[in-house]
This record gives sequence, C-alpha cells and structure tokens, in this order.
Amino acid sequence: MQKPSDIAHEMLVRMYRQMSLLREFDRRSVRLQRAGRIGTYPPLEGQEACQVASTLALRAQDFVVPTYRDYGAMMVHGVPMENILMYWNGRSEGCEIPHDVNVFPIAVPIATQLPHAAGLAWAAKLKKEDQVALGFFGDGASSEGDFHEAMNFAGVFKLPVVFFCENNQYAISVPFARQTATETIAQKAAAYGVTGLRVPGWDAVAIYRAVRDAVSRAAEGGGPTLIEALTYRYGPHTTSDDPTKYRPAGEAEAWRERDALHLLSQSLRTFGLWDDELETALAKEIDETIRSAIAIMESLGPVNPLHLFDHVYASLPKYLQRQRDTLLSELSADAIRTSLPKEPSQ
Amino acid sequence: MREMTLIQAVNDGLRTALADDSRVILLGEDIGKNGGVFRATEGLCEEFGEDRVVDTPLAEAGIIGASVGLAANGLIPVPEIQFMGFIYSGFEQIVSHVARLRMRSRGRFTVPMVIRVPYGGRIRAPELHSDSTETFFAHTPGLTVVSPSNPYDAKGLLLAAVKSPDPVLFLEPMHIYRAFRQSVPDEAYTVPIGEARVVKEGRHVTVITWGAMVRDVMDAVPKLEAQRGIELEVIDLRTLAPWDEDTVFASVRKTGRAVIVHEAVTNLGLGAELSARIHEHCILDLEAPVARVGGLDVPVPLFQLEDLHAPTYTRIERAIDKVLEF
Repeated sequence: MQKPSDIAHEMLVRMYRQMSLLREFDRRSVRLQRAGRIGTYPPLEGQEACQVASTLALRAQDFVVPTYRDYGAMMVHGVPMENILMYWNGRSEGCEIPHDVNVFPIAVPIATQLPHAAGLAWAAKLKKEDQVALGFFGDGASSEGDFHEAMNFAGVFKLPVVFFCENNQYAISVPFARQTATETIAQKAAAYGVTGLRVPGWDAVAIYRAVRDAVSRAAEGGGPTLIEALTYRYGPHTTSDDPTKYRPAGEAEAWRERDALHLLSQSLRTFGLWDDELETALAKEIDETIRSAIAIMESLGPVNPLHLFDHVYASLPKYLQRQRDTLLSELSADAIRTSLPKEPSQ
Repeated sequence: MREMTLIQAVNDGLRTALADDSRVILLGEDIGKNGGVFRATEGLCEEFGEDRVVDTPLAEAGIIGASVGLAANGLIPVPEIQFMGFIYSGFEQIVSHVARLRMRSRGRFTVPMVIRVPYGGRIRAPELHSDSTETFFAHTPGLTVVSPSNPYDAKGLLLAAVKSPDPVLFLEPMHIYRAFRQSVPDEAYTVPIGEARVVKEGRHVTVITWGAMVRDVMDAVPKLEAQRGIELEVIDLRTLAPWDEDTVFASVRKTGRAVIVHEAVTNLGLGAELSARIHEHCILDLEAPVARVGGLDVPVPLFQLEDLHAPTYTRIERAIDKVLEF
C-alpha cells in the first residue's frame, strides 16, 4: 500500500488501534459466552475494518444506525463497551445510549433499520441540519422489502444517508449467491438513483475514503450512497450455530490471507508509524480496557426487576402500575422465602 | 365554531397541527396533490408546501419506518395509511420499532408520531378495505390507540395525539366520516388521551363501545329504553389502549350490568379484555356476566354481507336482554 496523502497519520493509527481493540473484544466475548458469563453473541471477527474505518469517517453529529453485529461501529461512535457487554448479557442497562452519542439501538429484525436511517437523514434535511446517517446492513438484508423501500425513499427524496453493506458472504448459513441473482449488491443502487460502489472490506483505507466521500457528498446535497464492502465473518453467525455445517473447509482460512487487521499493521510498519514496542503497549492497554468493561458488567449485581416497566410509556398506565405493584409484592415474598436481596430501590 | 363532518374535523385538526408546530410533517400515499383518498389532507399541501405534506412512494414499511427516523430526529411525523387492511406491510415497523424504541433505548430516543388509519366497514369498499383489527395494536405494549366517534373528539383527540410523547395509532371510523355534522371550535383544543366519555347516563346497563358503533348504539337506545323501561348508560371508550378503567369500573359498579359492542371480530377482540378486567375488578357488583357483541368471527366479507358482519340492532338488543334476564 502507498502511504495515503489524504488521510492523517493519526487517523491511520487510530483505525488500527480500534480494529485491534475490536478483535480482542470479540474473541473475549465469545469466550465469555462459552463460559456462560454472557448470553448468545454474534461475533464480528473479520469485519473490523468495515465497522471501524466507516464510522471513523463520520462527524460526531452523524448517526450510526446498526444491526446486531455492528456493536463495533457503535463503540467507535461513542457507546461505552460495558453497555455492549451488558446488552449481550441480557441487561436492559445495556440499551443506554449516552445523550450526546448519535447511535440508534441495535436492530434485530433484518433490514428494518434502513428506513430509520432514511428517516433520520430526512429529518436532518428538513431541519437544514448538517447530519448524515450511516445505516449498516448485511447481504441477507438486501433481500428484504425494507431495504428496497429505504433505498427508494433515499433516492426519491435525495436524503443525506449512506447505506453500508457488510457483505460477509453468508446470511446465517445461506450464501450470497442465494440472496440475489445480481453480481453485486452495489449495482442495485442504480435502480434507485443512488450512487453505488463496491470496496474491498479488507482495506481499511479504501473503506474510510469511500465513506468519507459519501458523507461529504451527502452533506453537500449530493444524495445517498450505497457502499458494498466485501468481507467475511470468520466465526459463526452467533454463538448458537456451527459454520462447519454450511461453509466449505478452508474458506475462512483463505480469507485470513487478506485479513484487514494484518494488512493495516503491515502498512503502518512500512510507513514507520508502528513497531513491536507500540504493539506490546497496545495489547496491554486493550487488555486493561476490556477487563475493566467486563468488571463493570459483572459488578452490577442482580438485575432490577422494575426495569421491566421502564420506558414502555412516557408515564405508567394504571394497569401497568398495578402489575408493577404485584411484582414487587411477589418479590418481597420470594425474598423472605429464599433470602435473596430485596429489590434495591424500594 | 363551524359545523363539520368527522373527516372535515380531521382535516381541520391536521391544519391546526401543521400551523401550530413546524415540526409536524404529514406523509403518505396520495395525501399531497390528491388530498388523500378520503380528502383528509385536502388543501394542506397547497397551504404548507410539499416538504410538510409529502406524497411518498407506495410503501407502508417505508412510510412508517422513515417516520421512526423522522421522529427520533426531532420531527413529529403524522403518517397516513390508506386503509387498515394495508397497514400490515408496515406492521413489523410498528410492533418491532415504533412501540419499542423508547424502551429499547432507555428513553434516549422517542418516536412521537401519529399513525392515521381509516378503519371499520360498511362503506361498500372492496375486499380488505374494511378491517377493524385494533386488537393487534392494543395488544402491543408501548402503543397508544385512540378512535374518535364524532367530529369534536376527532379534532381534539388528533391534537392531543400530536402532543403525546408516545406514538399514537389514530383510528378513523370510515363509516361515520360524513354521516353527520357537529360544531367544532376553530381554535386548537385537546380531548385528553386516556379518558373515556359518558355519552349518556343511565342506571340499569352500561354499554361500552367506540368509533362508528357509538352512533349505532345511540340510535338503538330510545327503542330499547322505551320497550324495557330501563335506562342505559353509554360509554365511548375513545382511547382503546391504555383504556380508562376508572370510568368503566365506576359505571359498571353503578349499573351492575355491562355490554360491550365493537365492530372487530368477537374472538379475542378488545371486548374480551374489557370483559375480563370488569370481572376481575367488579365481580361483586355484577348482576350478570358481561356480554359481548362483536363482528362475526370470519373475515370481513364482500360488501353485500358486511352489514351482517358488524353488530346489528338485533344482536345488541339480545345482549341487553341477556344481561337483564340473567
């Protein structure tokens, strides 16, 4: 790789550090799941460049609109790591998004977040605010109606939105070829009057450039962009499935030969921006960061059962108040019987 | 004050909301130039411009999904879905996102929006245009569901829905869109969400209903009262979720008898929940089991038979007799 003249060195280093953090976070999370310390978890290893380089190309005021696998992008844009862990640990505190962080909650139903990205961008346009929405999705999502409706809205209303497809080759077990008869997802953009391009998902610099340019085009009124990044998830769809059942042997290993993290590491070393000493220091820092996030998650104690009723409505309807009171009395009865700690806030 | 039909009151309410708050934006199919298939948005695009009253592509998931983003980013979208039978392609967006975003983001994002949908039958519309499936939405925690039964409430409830911090499904009874006129104030006013209205006081039987059926019930009242020498108390629920227990329970405790009348199919209709909760809370005041009169438990038929699907005078009469004679 040529030393980029259009990207600050600090940014290249930042990308590498974030990608390294994410890889380690991911491996640690899988182990946490195996040990029963968090619940089902969707690994992202292999997709670090897609999430990190794209999100670093945003401005603070821009929106990240993620799927369940884009917690990496969420963290890069400001969601604390411990919240992500709490979420996968099944705690509603994990849904907390800091008020100055423009990240939408994880969307579980496939492609449903894409109309939201279009709507967020639409509001910005109507309010004449300089904000772009970056909506993530996978190759499987391109088969869903919501994807097409979102693309169409974005094209028709010329919205400042960037749709970013992490084409990781599989929708759980179903390969890309079974999702579409078109050669690429990027080419679908043409049907909606949207700019479309395909980038190598193993090339963080290419991703950064593509999103940066799409964001400035959107911000200048140039309309939406669909970016397809070719990538691969080395692991399973979630910790509940076994990819050896649906993927040819050796395929994941072949993808590792063009691993985004290694490629960036090599480039940084060639540019004189990285060395073994920095790598050792980074590894230590990452370890501490993740340990501290896990410690926060595990220090929380029993889940507050009253969170069940929080934020369902702006104020609690009477029948829900009654259910809440009943639950509380059940809990105190249980607490007496089993000597569990009592509900803290009551 | 002007005499208006219900649909004119909706139009007047939308105009008032657009004029009062620049964050309000209407979006939907045919709502701009065409003024909506029922003329609910007539003249609004001309008055407020294409950025405030937006003709969208034909895409219910897109309309509701984009409204989620619009609302979360500071606007107050009022999407229109043309008929209840067409809302189903946007159903996932409503139940998975609209109803849950507040809870799923712990209050960081809220989606104050008003989804307007004409519902109910008896306008001789084609197949799938006459559904009354309010239960799907009343069953969904996080949603508020309202339905006016007259022009005054239509404007007032609509303006309250626009101001509501929670997403509101605003169900417009098509059958009475143009059935009668009523005086409606020119200025902005609200009819509180969550409060039922006692349409008529009485001592012997409480009849709980909403939407277009309020008129059917009120038409039946003089004959029923005269023939049986009783007084009916009629309650218009107005907010279907979360509904006003205080008014309903107080009335049932007074009369000791309750009949619920709705156009939706009887099986698992909202009447089932009302009946269950009345039994749970007022059993010692009841003189008879609560009776339900709903649509027949079959799909709303083609229009030659639709009047037989909805509660008829005879069925309402029988239910009244049933609770009187138990």
